[in-house]
Amino acid sequence: MSERRVELQVLRYDPEKDEIPHFQSYTVPFSDEWVVLDALNHVKEQTDPTLSYRWSCHMAVCGSCGMMINGEPMLACKAFMRDLPEVIRVEPLAHFPIERDLVTVVEDFMAKLARVKPYLIPKQRKDLDAGEYLQTPGELKRYKQYAQCINCMLCYAACPEYGLTPKFIGPAAITLAHRYNEDSRDGGRELRQEEIAAGEGVWECTFVGACSQVCPKHVDPAAALQQVKIASTLDWFREHTMPWLSK
Amino acid sequence: MAEQVGRRPFVREVPKTRWFLRHPRYRRYMAREVTCIFIAVYTVILIVGIARLGQGPGAYEAFLQALRTPLSIAFHVVALAFSLYHTVTWFNLAPKAMPVRFGETALPHAAVAGAHYFAWVILTVVVLWLAGAF
Repeated sequence: MSERRVELQVLRYDPEKDEIPHFQSYTVPFSDEWVVLDALNHVKEQTDPTLSYRWSCHMAVCGSCGMMINGEPMLACKAFMRDLPEVIRVEPLAHFPIERDLVTVVEDFMAKLARVKPYLIPKQRKDLDAGEYLQTPGELKRYKQYAQCINCMLCYAACPEYGLTPKFIGPAAITLAHRYNEDSRDGGRELRQEEIAAGEGVWECTFVGACSQVCPKHVDPAAALQQVKIASTLDWFREHTMPWLSK
Repeated sequence: MAEQVGRRPFVREVPKTRWFLRHPRYRRYMAREVTCIFIAVYTVILIVGIARLGQGPGAYEAFLQALRTPLSIAFHVVALAFSLYHTVTWFNLAPKAMPVRFGETALPHAAVAGAHYFAWVILTVVVLWLAGAF
């Protein structure tokens, strides 16, 4: 079998030398089981050790290697070379500032993630010796899909709203808030609503749906955000038409 | 201590007016959004029609005449196509926003979308019946 080769066009940016990013081409061989991350590793090991990018697990679990591959936000470890054309254009995730080469600045997302309190806030605190917070399989099913998020930020790169309005809390963070709101053991919804039921929160979303199309873990953030919108609207009506219900 | 490296992140601006040209899925989204213009114009025409009806038979007849012009027919055909596109894309998205659960089991997405199409057909038949089509 003859060896196949592709042209990898990688967006390079060295903050110490470059005014603006530029593309650099590398020709790489590949075999059937190679993903784009293998090609990048090949370049770094064989041709150009200065190439910078993030990766860790190589199995779509850690969420580090998200990048734009031919204009599409993808995990480099899940993008098979055999499915791509002979010229592959690799850029850092859209909508995030470029730190260096394919490495982006992700502080904005990390801060937003912290704001939505993506952890269990128990309804009633129990002593350790009182045992676990129990849950039925049905109760688990309500949020399990949203718990699959690996914080890879592909949804932020796909979301035009986030690109145009960077203050938008965005798909993954709101989805994770929804994941905990839907958890039968949780009692922190009111605290999270302060952040997500706001203008910068879910109401910035116009349901483009791109987040769900690019999500490598089938989390369907667009669904979570629409459900948050409906629940927040019902809250509003309850508050304004039946004020005696809220203390 | 490691040498201090200067950070100078490069921000790629998103073009404010041309962003949706970047990807087919953005263009499909914009197509869905643009449908609202046609639906709004159609609604205005409907309100004008009701106002003409209130002004008497002569005014209403002139309004009906205006509806029969080729330009008006062309607009209505386009508006119908756009509202069908809007309806279908919206109904297909509905199960995402409204998952229906009975206890621990969730209704399949096709059933939720199907219920929307079913209600659509029933309402259309009722409207046509009220209009004396049968």
